[in-house]
Amino acid sequence: MTSELDIFVGNTTLIDEDVYRLWLDGYSVSDAVALRVRSGILEQTGATAAVLQSDTMDHYRTFHMLERLLHAPPKLLHQLIFQIPPSRQALLIERYYAFDEAFVREVLGKKLSKGTKKDLDDISTKTGITLKSCRRQFDNFKRVFKVVEEMRGSLVDNIQQHFLLSDRLSRDYAAIVFFANNRFETGKKKLQYLSFGDFAFCAELMIQNWTLGAVDSQVDDMDVDLDKEFLQDLKELKVLVADKDLLDLHKSLVCTTLRGKLSVFSEMEANFKNLSRGLVNVAAKLTHNKDVRDLFVDLVEKFVEPCRSDHWPLNDVRLFLNQYSASVHSLDGFRHQALWDRYMGTLRGCLLRLYHD
Amino acid sequence: MPGKLKVKIVAGRHLPVMDRASDLTDAFVEVKFGNTTFKTDVYLKSLNPQWNSEWFKFEVDDEDLQDEPLQITVLDHDTYSANDAIGKVYIDIDPLLYSEAATVISGWFPIYDTIHGIRGEINVIVKVDLFNDLNRFRQSSCGVKFFCTTSIPKCYRAVIIHGFVEELVVNEDPEYQWIDRIRTPRASNEARQRLISLMSGELQRKIGLKVLEMRGNAVVGYLQCFDLEGESGLVVRAIGTACTLDKLSSPAAFLPACNSPSKEMKEIPFNEDPNPNTHSSGPSTPLKNQTYSFSPSKSYSRQSSSSDTDLSLTPKTGMGSGSAGKEGGPFKALLRQQTQSALEQREFPFFTLTAFPPGFLVHVGGVVSARSVKLLDRIHNPDEPETRDAWWAEIRQEIKSHAKALGCHAVVGYSESTSICEEVCILSASGTAAVLNPRFLQDGTVEGCLEQRLEENLPAGCGFCHIPYDELNMPFPAHLTYCYNCRKQKVPDVLFTTIDLPADAAVVGKGCLIQARLCRLKKKAQAEANATAISNLLPFMEYEVHTQLMNKLKLKGMNALFGLRIQITVGENMLMGLASATGVYLAALPTPGGIQIAGKTPNDGSYEQHISHMQKKINDTIAKNKELYEISPPEISEEVIGSPIPEPRQRSRLLRSQSESSDEVTELDLSHGKKDAFVLEIDDTDALEDVHSLLTDVPPPPGFYSCNTEIMPGINNWTSEIQMFTSVRVIRLSSLNLTNQALNKHFNDLCENLLKSLYFKLRSMIPCCLCHVNFTVSLPEDELIQVTVTAVAITFDKNQALQTTKTHVEKSLQRASTDNEELLQFPLELCSESLPSHPFPPAKEHLESASSNSGIPAAQRATSVDYSSFADRCSSWIELIKLKAQTIRRGSIKTTVTVEKASPVGEGNFRNRSAPPCANSTVGVVRMTPLSFIPGAKITKYLGIINMFFIRETTSLREEGGVSGFLHAFIAEVFAMVRAHVAALGGNAVVSYIMKQCVFMENPNKNQAQCLINVSGDAVVFVRESDLEVVSTQQPTANCQPLCTGGEVTT
Repeated sequence: MTSELDIFVGNTTLIDEDVYRLWLDGYSVSDAVALRVRSGILEQTGATAAVLQSDTMDHYRTFHMLERLLHAPPKLLHQLIFQIPPSRQALLIERYYAFDEAFVREVLGKKLSKGTKKDLDDISTKTGITLKSCRRQFDNFKRVFKVVEEMRGSLVDNIQQHFLLSDRLSRDYAAIVFFANNRFETGKKKLQYLSFGDFAFCAELMIQNWTLGAVDSQVDDMDVDLDKEFLQDLKELKVLVADKDLLDLHKSLVCTTLRGKLSVFSEMEANFKNLSRGLVNVAAKLTHNKDVRDLFVDLVEKFVEPCRSDHWPLNDVRLFLNQYSASVHSLDGFRHQALWDRYMGTLRGCLLRLYHD
Repeated sequence: MPGKLKVKIVAGRHLPVMDRASDLTDAFVEVKFGNTTFKTDVYLKSLNPQWNSEWFKFEVDDEDLQDEPLQITVLDHDTYSANDAIGKVYIDIDPLLYSEAATVISGWFPIYDTIHGIRGEINVIVKVDLFNDLNRFRQSSCGVKFFCTTSIPKCYRAVIIHGFVEELVVNEDPEYQWIDRIRTPRASNEARQRLISLMSGELQRKIGLKVLEMRGNAVVGYLQCFDLEGESGLVVRAIGTACTLDKLSSPAAFLPACNSPSKEMKEIPFNEDPNPNTHSSGPSTPLKNQTYSFSPSKSYSRQSSSSDTDLSLTPKTGMGSGSAGKEGGPFKALLRQQTQSALEQREFPFFTLTAFPPGFLVHVGGVVSARSVKLLDRIHNPDEPETRDAWWAEIRQEIKSHAKALGCHAVVGYSESTSICEEVCILSASGTAAVLNPRFLQDGTVEGCLEQRLEENLPAGCGFCHIPYDELNMPFPAHLTYCYNCRKQKVPDVLFTTIDLPADAAVVGKGCLIQARLCRLKKKAQAEANATAISNLLPFMEYEVHTQLMNKLKLKGMNALFGLRIQITVGENMLMGLASATGVYLAALPTPGGIQIAGKTPNDGSYEQHISHMQKKINDTIAKNKELYEISPPEISEEVIGSPIPEPRQRSRLLRSQSESSDEVTELDLSHGKKDAFVLEIDDTDALEDVHSLLTDVPPPPGFYSCNTEIMPGINNWTSEIQMFTSVRVIRLSSLNLTNQALNKHFNDLCENLLKSLYFKLRSMIPCCLCHVNFTVSLPEDELIQVTVTAVAITFDKNQALQTTKTHVEKSLQRASTDNEELLQFPLELCSESLPSHPFPPAKEHLESASSNSGIPAAQRATSVDYSSFADRCSSWIELIKLKAQTIRRGSIKTTVTVEKASPVGEGNFRNRSAPPCANSTVGVVRMTPLSFIPGAKITKYLGIINMFFIRETTSLREEGGVSGFLHAFIAEVFAMVRAHVAALGGNAVVSYIMKQCVFMENPNKNQAQCLINVSGDAVVFVRESDLEVVSTQQPTANCQPLCTGGEVTT
């Protein structure tokens, strides 16, 4: 006796959150059944393995049918085939677009292309996330990217509107889209200590301050592309390290204020010029796409690592960066105060976030 | 009468991409009604076109309005080649044709294609302008309302229940061999859908005409079925109960959520202002030879007839004439005595209802059923479907005679079904023989019950159990005792019925779903040989099904079955029998004895041991079940037990003379009623199997109950969460060496596993009850068994689950009498003495008039079952019970009502009335339920019947996820289309939903499959009872749940 056909259709579509998770995690039906058995559900409910198998199949089939709609969440809201209460719809969408930290770290900043998709095998092996789940997450990234890439208006709002995600998740996707578009390098070994959250934080600051949208809210790609003009202008900051007097003056202003306030004052004093050169050179290099991609590598190399090797406490870093950016206002010979603030304001936030072990 | 149909095509959305080059679609719409077609402009390059068309107007006559569906076809415009069809929407405009239902159909409809399924949605507005005024219009068949609900719909009251209406139409099936025509599947599917739509329209119209002839205005319990007879054609047939319904003018009748419809029954207006809609406005009889006589001398008053009038046994016809009634006073309309009662003269005194107004059902006799095996032949002249008509007439005649044998004049809970395999067709009909209170029947004189003394008012809740037949001429051997409730009348030891448990029945504990399952192998044969083989098998199957039911009932410690439905399905090489019913313990019936096992070889020691082991297991199971279902009947005092039950012998000697002539009744004795303990003889392995299978039925997990009736006996505190579902399973049998036992086991496992899966899936709803569990078995191919289940899971409040039915009933009676005193259509009591001063309403005339004697002509009693008579014919068993006139006297009820109790109720009503309807209707959540009510809500309006037929076919089965994926998607689509139509009518629920057919065929080798689904139900508007005065006084959970969350189901 074999079961040819076995279905259950409710007027209200039944959604089992646990099975949904297993499905999203890319488990096959048999693996999912095995995992459910292990969870002790049979003992709790007195069901048999056959019942569990049939139930799991059924849910998988439902999810499979829902998947098409989940690709365009507003469709899920308006479709008539599955009657699903709004709270459940939200849950389906949110979970479908959720992603694994391990996975996103692998893909963040990479071009969301076929080439990358081919690497998913390796990512799957490396992260232990099933290939199926990797694919879903990758496709989600790509889909969101495609939809919002050339849209005007706020990136987060656009994502929220077209994918009906929560605020938190929309922000994450904004970061993913932003990183993918600007192809920031995040995979280097020395960046491994950084979490997706760190990058997302930086992305948000950069979107707010460094993109076209920061100055003009009516342009296409406003939140996705960096403000080219701004990047060009950053070359002007070079004077801060190129002009010896200016550099000395800057250093003395910082040191005077911070004397006695830093536990690592002497180290700071000794390293000031290196650090300042590092930070200003990063700015100056941002005219080249290639160097934009290496932004995070450079920041870590030029600032985070030197400080870390001298064991600066985070608070000292904060005091230093505050003073370092503020002091520039007292440099009479320096004319690019606004530019400096736009640059340093964001960079300071990023560096503080990036500065940890 | 002509009308103008107006259609506006507003917009589309989510259309499929039809042009690969642009990834867009150039869509336009064709709107067709009858032979007229309109087109919208082409809306270029959009998947969300905004046509916003003008109003397309069709001028049509009402026959077309009733028969034709509105056809909307969405197409993709193609400059160079033929336009591609995207899909269609069929809209039944019938709901727009009666005054009280919907006024406009407006909403998003799924665009359906038989090959691709749903492809986007279209927004349509449909209106009908009728040229003549509605009153005149109602004279035509259009005005007749149809309800699938098998009880009086909630916001109506029954003025008269006229009786049985039936009709069938036949046609050629446009696609009698689907697989052969696979190359043009879309065209043939659509032709078929259109044809069936037309045929059901025609059928409905014809039934409507019959109803009007009977002077009714509605059909309740309307059941329409398709017989796909293959090459011999397509039959659409319908049965129903014609009624005259009156809409309750205000939502005053504020009722508990889960009560039976019966509480809404109101009294007939007793005074002079006649209700224009009642039958009283004209001669109210379908009988042509009716005569009236007005003779004061013959007028009976209720007072004078005292105790014995109401349920007169006489074969007399009372016919009320309206004019007489209205003149009232001295001129009582009095009717000629006729030798036969009106009911009798009615061709078939059948009622498709399963729940009744209080007092309607007097006694229940037992299940009557009949089956007949027929060979299908091509229908030569579709306009003269005499053969099919004759077949059914024959079956109905038989049912009628069975009922008569049980001393009953009517059959309630009546239904008909067919099972077809190749050219063999089994026609089945079943129902419950009953004695009804003629007052509801307009012309009904009762005949048939002999004992009419109603010395005093009997306690409610047992009257229907009392035997209607003469205990001396019992049509079958049964073990009678005095009613355990009232001690006055005789009751049988078990009672089987096809109806719902009456609302006022006194029940102990809870009920449960009981199923008997059976397979029998059969040799493949052709034509007549095949029919003969089937006919020969049927009696054995009936017998075994019955035995299984009886065993399982005893095993549950219960004594009555309600909602019994036995389905016999015929396949190429086997017959399947599936009986489902809800077992209960009726307080009025005796405690069932246990089951005793007896071995054939008592000397063998080890065998003996085995037997005793088994016996112990059985006893344990019974004990466990009693605990599970809370069956603890009150201890019966010695004195009562000792109440004299006359020695049967003595009695019979005593009374023999009265029963003048009783022909020998050749009944198959299925009752097993003689023994106190039920003895199972284990004389072979077969029997052993049987006992084993008895014990393998696993009870539902804790927190779950199941029944196949509307409501679960013993549970009455429903909360508002409901989940309707359909589940389908098909298993393939390995054909090698199948024995009956193996087959039985497979089938049993299939059903049990299916139930287990349901319990598991719905576990998040615990505590909950699966109600109206409806199993359907079909044998699509040689080795395939398909089981389809539709049911609804309803949550209930466990804390109040202990409340007894009795108090429930009491309270609801109080409610009924207090709330609606002035509206009561029917007095709650059957006795006449308490109504001294009212002029008699015509509807009741006949009652009083028929006081004389004379039982059923004895000859009629003997006409029951004769198995051997026809080769192609198999009559089935009759199951029995008994009855006694029981009444609730008005006086007794009134006294229980105190003013204090009444007033808060009244306030509650007032609040409810003034409260605006819950602003639930967010984004069109549409509930679906097979029940006639929605827990925690009140139905305010019936919008019309939903009757839809869909075909879905695929030639890429694998790509669509195999058979499961295909059918899963299709059923989900069917639900979606039903919901969309209901929403467009302005409704928010479908009640009495039923999936009448789910025919699934596959051809995996060709990667093809096809499925036909037919569903129906009543579209309604309901409102939540925000502050409800439910039977159970504190039920906060039900009340405060906002509407939109009610359907939320999670696992």
